[in-house]
Amino acid sequence: MAKALVFIDNPGSALKKSSLELLTIARSLGEAAVAFNGELHDDVAAALGSHGASVLYRPSATDLDDYLVAPKAAYLAAAVAASGAETVLLENTADGKEIAARLGVKLNAGVITDVVGVDADGTAHKSVLAGSYTTTAKARTAVAVLTVKPNSVDVEAPAAASTPEAVTIDVPADATANAARITGRAEKPASGRPELTEARIVVAGGRGVDGDFGPLEELADALGGALGASRAATDAGWIGHDYQVGQTGKTVSPQLYISAGISGAIQQKAGMQTSKVIVAINKDAESPIFEIADFGIIGDLFKVVPQATEEIKKRKG
Amino acid sequence: MKIVVLVKHVPDAQFDRHLTGPGNTTDRDESILSELDEYALEAALQLSEARGGAKAGNEVIALSMGPAGAVNAIKKSLQIGASSGAHLSDDALAGSDAAATSLALAAAIRYLAADAPVDLVLTGMASTDGETSLVPAQLAERLGLPQVTFASSLEVNGERVVARRDGDAHADTVEATLPALVSVTDQINEPRYPNFKGILAAKKKKITALTLADIGVDAAQVGAAGSLTAVETAEARPPRTAGTIITDEGDAGIKLVEFLAAQKLL
Ligand SMILES: Cc1cc2nc3c(=O)[nH]c(=O)nc-3n(C[C@H](O)[C@H](O)[C@H](O)COP(=O)(O)OP(=O)(O)OC[C@H]3O[C@@H](n4cnc5c(N)ncnc54)[C@H](O)[C@@H]3O)c2cc1C
Repeated sequence: MAKALVFIDNPGSALKKSSLELLTIARSLGEAAVAFNGELHDDVAAALGSHGASVLYRPSATDLDDYLVAPKAAYLAAAVAASGAETVLLENTADGKEIAARLGVKLNAGVITDVVGVDADGTAHKSVLAGSYTTTAKARTAVAVLTVKPNSVDVEAPAAASTPEAVTIDVPADATANAARITGRAEKPASGRPELTEARIVVAGGRGVDGDFGPLEELADALGGALGASRAATDAGWIGHDYQVGQTGKTVSPQLYISAGISGAIQQKAGMQTSKVIVAINKDAESPIFEIADFGIIGDLFKVVPQATEEIKKRKG
Repeated sequence: MKIVVLVKHVPDAQFDRHLTGPGNTTDRDESILSELDEYALEAALQLSEARGGAKAGNEVIALSMGPAGAVNAIKKSLQIGASSGAHLSDDALAGSDAAATSLALAAAIRYLAADAPVDLVLTGMASTDGETSLVPAQLAERLGLPQVTFASSLEVNGERVVARRDGDAHADTVEATLPALVSVTDQINEPRYPNFKGILAAKKKKITALTLADIGVDAAQVGAAGSLTAVETAEARPPRTAGTIITDEGDAGIKLVEFLAAQKLL
């Protein structure tokens, strides 16, 4: 049976939905194994088993997080060799893509990023040029490395849980030799909202919010959504850069994207135009955002947004 | 200090962009210097200037790989302030994926290091066409350099590179020793524009034309033949069309909620 290996970078205390999506894809390709690093909580191990992981690989070293990606790629290459996997699946994050990149060189394997679907024969689906094309691509090599976007498949668990075997992988001695070291870490405060790239609903604000994201935060919370921003808003320092949606920010593809006080420059559209439903609120009827909005409101966001929030609260009782 | 900056000639995102030909490669007719590479070039120029610039022996080499037109990305870099350029161009390179691209670029960088070692390879955080961010990491792997990617600040103190890297949950300080590969985000600086003096000076600057033979790479290792992935199908997504547009008459918030309810989004 074909084998697929899922890499989970620090599973933490509860598995992310995106990790379960990777496992679902892995099982559709054959036998699924997991390589992780960091701590493994008992309930996370059990969840991996109930989602069909046959083997759990762990690294012999505990300091992989002290370096930027290189040693993780070295560990993963060793895990691929041990598992005999033909497909390696990673998260489509900055780190995930770079680990994939280096793994590709180490294994002479084709790497495909931004994947939104994988067929049973390994054909990967993705969209390119800011969502203007959908393509299928395939690795021409014995091993394929794919980084998969969140919300790409529905999570399914197999009928029977497995009891995964635990295997320790020796991290190559030279794995950290030429790696950049992480010497400082400043944690950012958690917002309590869903993660931007994984959220089903995103409420994004631009220069039009004029420094006040309050009304958008309330709407996001009423909808259970995440907050996003244009570069004009992040550059102004009104909100952190990690909220930026677009070409140099995050690519999101939620069920609903509400754009308020954003003009809709090409670099902003690049990050959101594959959203299922787009709502735009903007004072200026000429804003390009209206060209792609399913529902557009020409109006002042400071009037429209609070009214919508009130109405949602009323309906939800 | 000897810095190689990678500059890519990419289709202008302001226009419609297309995939063409049997390999579904990007049409490069309306191309420009990738905006994201301007930040890398600016970072290189600042490092060079802080060390006395070209007069003090600092070098900023703009390296591009691509068909004849890609030389425009190099010319623009020279106008902005790079000291010389290198253009790797060979018919066999057409259709290269990230693996083949990084293989060729690694060989080109080794070629440029033949007379004096390269201290720093600087790149943008991603190309604005492929947008994969694979090439910087693959170059670091191939050249055996520490990679300091997505830097939103950069300092070089002696042999030490210190950068800031913003993640979702945390911001990291990352350190490495030279030689290193650094990719920078659009947060790092404000790129300068070419001025008249720069445009004149650029005319006298050298652009080295490189072929695969010069850098010792076999045609079979690059292009469609040497790529490890193949695009099999490409379909233009139907452009999004505008839906209902209303003007707020005091009740648009309520109409919005009605729309969301009808779409089952509440
Ligand atoms: C290399 C590069 C990369 C970039 N990457 C990104 C990126 O990733 N993401 C990104 O967003 N941008 C990016 N940009 C910037 C992009 O080109 C635009 O400048 C930016 O998106 C503009 O943000 P904005 O729409 O918020 O601001 P503006 O274009 O200034 O638009 C503000 C809008 O708010 C409206 N408005 C004002 N007040 C109100 C009100 N009270 N109610 C309703 N509407 C109001 C105005 O009518 C206007 O349409 C990038 C640019 C470059 C060169």
